[in-house]
Order: sequence, then structure tokens, then C-alpha cells
Amino acid sequence: MKRLLLVPAVAFAAALPWLVDDYTTATLARLLVLGLVGVSVALLTGVTGLPTLGQTAPFAAGAYAAAQLGLHDVANEPVRLLAAAGVGAAFALLTAPLVVYARGVIVLMITLAIGELAITVASRWKSVTGGTDGLIAAPTLDTDRARYLYTLAVVVVLVALVLLALRSPAGLLLRASRDDEARMRASGHPVTAYLTGAYAAAGGIAGVGGALLVTTQQYVSPADFSFDTAALLLLGVVIGGAGSMLGAAAGTAFVFAARDWLSGLLPGHAPLLLGALFVVTAYLLPRGVAGFDWRRLGRAARAASPGAMRRRNQEA
Amino acid sequence: MGELDPYLIPALDGVAYGLLLFVVAAGLVLSFGVAGILNLAHGTLYAIGAYVAAWLADGGWAAVPLALVAGVVAAAAAGTALAGLLTPVRRGDHLTQALLTFGLALAGGSLLVSAFGPDDLPVRVPAALDRPIDLAGHSYAAYRLVFIVVAAVIAVGLYLAVTRTRAGMLVRAAVDDPQMVACLGVNPTRVRVGVLAVSGALAGLAGVLGAPIIGPGPTTAATVLLLSLVVVVLGGLNSVGGTLLAALAVGEIQTLGVALLPTAAPFLLYAAMALILAARAQGLLRRWSTA
Repeated sequence: MKRLLLVPAVAFAAALPWLVDDYTTATLARLLVLGLVGVSVALLTGVTGLPTLGQTAPFAAGAYAAAQLGLHDVANEPVRLLAAAGVGAAFALLTAPLVVYARGVIVLMITLAIGELAITVASRWKSVTGGTDGLIAAPTLDTDRARYLYTLAVVVVLVALVLLALRSPAGLLLRASRDDEARMRASGHPVTAYLTGAYAAAGGIAGVGGALLVTTQQYVSPADFSFDTAALLLLGVVIGGAGSMLGAAAGTAFVFAARDWLSGLLPGHAPLLLGALFVVTAYLLPRGVAGFDWRRLGRAARAASPGAMRRRNQEA
Repeated sequence: MGELDPYLIPALDGVAYGLLLFVVAAGLVLSFGVAGILNLAHGTLYAIGAYVAAWLADGGWAAVPLALVAGVVAAAAAGTALAGLLTPVRRGDHLTQALLTFGLALAGGSLLVSAFGPDDLPVRVPAALDRPIDLAGHSYAAYRLVFIVVAAVIAVGLYLAVTRTRAGMLVRAAVDDPQMVACLGVNPTRVRVGVLAVSGALAGLAGVLGAPIIGPGPTTAATVLLLSLVVVVLGGLNSVGGTLLAALAVGEIQTLGVALLPTAAPFLLYAAMALILAARAQGLLRRWSTA
């Protein structure tokens, strides 16, 4: 049933550029890109059990790879996509030894360090990245509408591939490694190799996200990959539900949309409302929107009401 | 000695910076190690102290104790409120804690900016300390020297509190075996609230004293949070000494490192963090999973 709803949802998304103006179309394209990176974060955080603040690093690697190809007159989009995916996955394979032996909060800290290192490299390696000034990439597609539709197509195909992969034995192996690692190891499964594979795949997806970012905004700078971006990606994934790829994509897009929309609506007060949103989500939806049992809405709302929380505090 | 001379001032700055980070990070170690709370709002608690200092300090001596008391009380109250807000979140559910505390940090930062304005605020230190003094042929800010002494005293006091007092023993016991501590009749909720209040007080204290070094502004909370996370990670969670060494190392990397190796220094901090974490992942895992 849920899967049937996806068809009209994608059709509606494809029709959107004819319903809104060009600026909104360009904004939506950027949100799609961030949603895709959110999927790569969810793949690690929810399915593999490696919560990450570092997917901005392969995201950046892919973006700069695509931008460099653009500067060298490679206007072929599929070539750029493949190159960005390759660079993102290669970056992930390089950093995998740092990540796959750790678990839980330590992964969060290691990936935080990897992300910060990536920004430092991006702002200092001026010959490749243009430093903090960033790089301007010539547009490969002429209109906002074309760029949006292209991004939508790539994102839909990739997310479908991820969903298929997770339904295959590979997805089962990853979830089993997350839930009972000792037992998997005892049955002879090379858990570390599985995690490395998932980490590299997530790096590749984030790399593609980077190439799409360059396509949609024709500009890339270290500010696109800041700690704020990394944190909002993780929080968007948690809000959407780290176990669900579609929930994660929607959650990420929603968080970034809320940030941009609120800062236009109430200049200076966007962080306050965004912060309040996170706090409310933490209480109401501990497993994210997608992990929420909607039939229990009434009960959950009562349990999370201030009165109930006060009672619980008194008991504790 | 001659060729070392140009590095004396950055090295001394590094000590001041490191001791400042130690006081902040000690609070973070407490909340993570003892209460098992990943507090991403810890930098905001520092910012509260720093803003209070900027607001109250008027260049006179009377404002110093006033700012200290007000800053520490405000940050400790915020830490206690945090403990209350975190009560419904399951212990060890770090992602939800991250969501909640990051949300509070965003909202708190926004409120601080609405209250104090979007600019970095200048902080006035007492006039007697607001001048350079002569130090082996260099002029050095008097306030920083005094800060080094005061922060060293705080560090020694913390060490003694953790190793010699009953509360310190409880804290160490709670890191090693929280269930056993609960079985011995110590209310875990009281330990949690107490730890977060002390953690907030330490951040506030660091904020008031450190305001002339890392001043209050919109980016203060993020800077302090990231640096103290690095310190916590490098120092492990098992000893005050480890945290102190890590804090001094980070302080020196940020000052002396930039003077000695301007190209490599920005990478050094996070590269060291990633490598040490990865190398000790197994050992740390056992400790951190109980924390």
C-alpha cells in the first residue's frame, strides 16, 4: 500500500516545476540533493548502526570532483556523476579503517573529526577547491526546470536502488550485523567487511549528491559542508526515522526547507524555532516520523503532555 | 634560549587556552562519563557565562565576584534545567539526546543573540589587569597571566575534589559501575541532576573567566563545543590528568602549532582526534558502553 503511494508522489514531484516559479524549483532541487545525502546518512546511522556526522566529507569530495571536471570542460553529466560516485566511495574506503572498528558515539566523534578535516582541506587546498571563495561551475543544463528534473530522476533511481539493496540478502546481513554482531561473527560472517562495503556505498551516494549539488547551484564552497550541515543532516535523518530511507530523505529535506523558509519568514529567529522543532521531535517521536505507530497517536500525545512528564519526573 | 624566544608568547597563550579548555571539558567529561549524556548544549552553557561577564564587567573589581557568582549560577541553573528536560530520554539513547540538546543549543543561542545582539561583545577586565606587563623581554597581557594562575588553582581543586572527597568517589564509582552505585542506595536521579548542575557550573565558570580569551558572540558556543569534544576524546574518560594533558595539547596546537607549522596546524587537531579514536576504538568501546 505504502509502495503504491510512491508512484503518484513521484509523478507529483515531476509536475512541480510547472506549478511553482523558477526560484522555488531551484530550491527544491537543492532539497532533493540534501535528501539524497540524508539517505546515505540513514544507511549508516539506521541500517548499519554507525551514526555519522561525517557524510559531508564524501559529499564535498564528490562536489569538488564534479566541479573540477566542469572546469576541464567535461560537460557530460553521467561522466561527472560516475566520477563523483567513484571519488566519494574512494574517500570512504580510505577513511573506512578509522570508522568500521568503532561503534556508537565513538563513530559519531570520529566522523565529526573526518568532516572537520574535510572542511579544512576544502578551505586550504586553493588550487583544487578555490579555498573559501569556492568554485563556479558552468551550467550543463540550461533551465532550473531541467536541472530539477534531472536531479529528481537521479535521486529517484538511486533511492530505488538502495531500497532494493536493503530488501536483498545484503540488507539483511547489514541489519543482522547491527542487531547481533557477536552472533554474526560467531557464524563466520566478516562483519567488518560488510560495514566497509556499506560505508563505501554511502560514500558513493554522498559523492553523487555532491555532483548534483554542483549541477543545481553551479557553485560550491566549504560553507556547503559545514558542521551545521552535518548536524542538520543527522537531525533530519533522526526526525524522519533513521531506519527508513524515504523517511530520512523527507526528514532531511524538511529540516533544510524549514531552516531556509523560517530564516526568510522571521529573520534572526529561525534557529529558535528549528531548535524548538528538534526538542518537540525528541519527545514525541523518539524513533522518527517513519518509525511512529500512528494508531498510538492519541496515547503518545497524552504520555508526552507536560502533565504526564511532570508526573514521570516526580516518580523518577 | 635565543631561538626559542619568539615562541614563548604563543606557548604561554597555549597554556592559557589549554587551561580554559580544561575547565570547560571537565564539565563535558562529567556529563558524558557519569550521567551518560552527550550534551551538545555544553558550549551554550559556556556562552551564558561569557555573556554574563560581558554584561556585568565594567572594569572595576567589584564586578568580578558579581559576574562570577551570576555566571556560575545562571549556567548551573541551565544545566539543571537540561537534566530535567532530558529525564524522559532513555539512558544511552545518544541520538535522541543529541537531537534534544542540539535543539536546545540552537534555541538557546538564538535567545542569547536576541538578548545581547548579533555582534561579538567586548569584555572589560579590571583596569589593573588591562595592561601589558614585561615578561622576559616580551610584553604580555596581565589578565592572561592571572588567568593561568586562577585556572591552575581550579584544575588542582578539581583534581582534589575528584580524588579526595566523597562526592568525587561517587563520581568515579558512577563512571565504573552505575548500577552498583544505585544498589548502594545512591539515587541515580540525584547523581544525574547534580552532575549536570556541576557540569553547567564549570562551563559557566570557564565562560566568565575565559570571556576575555574566547569572547561571547554568535559562534562562541560552537567553537567551545567542538574544541571541548576534541579534548574529551583525546583525554579519554578515565582521568582528570588525561583531560588536562589533552586540553593543554589542544591549546598548544591552536597557538604554538599555528606559529610553528602554519600549514599543518589546522589539520593536526582533528587528525589526532580521528587517529587516536580509531586506534583505541576497542579499548574505549568497553569503557564508553558502560558510560
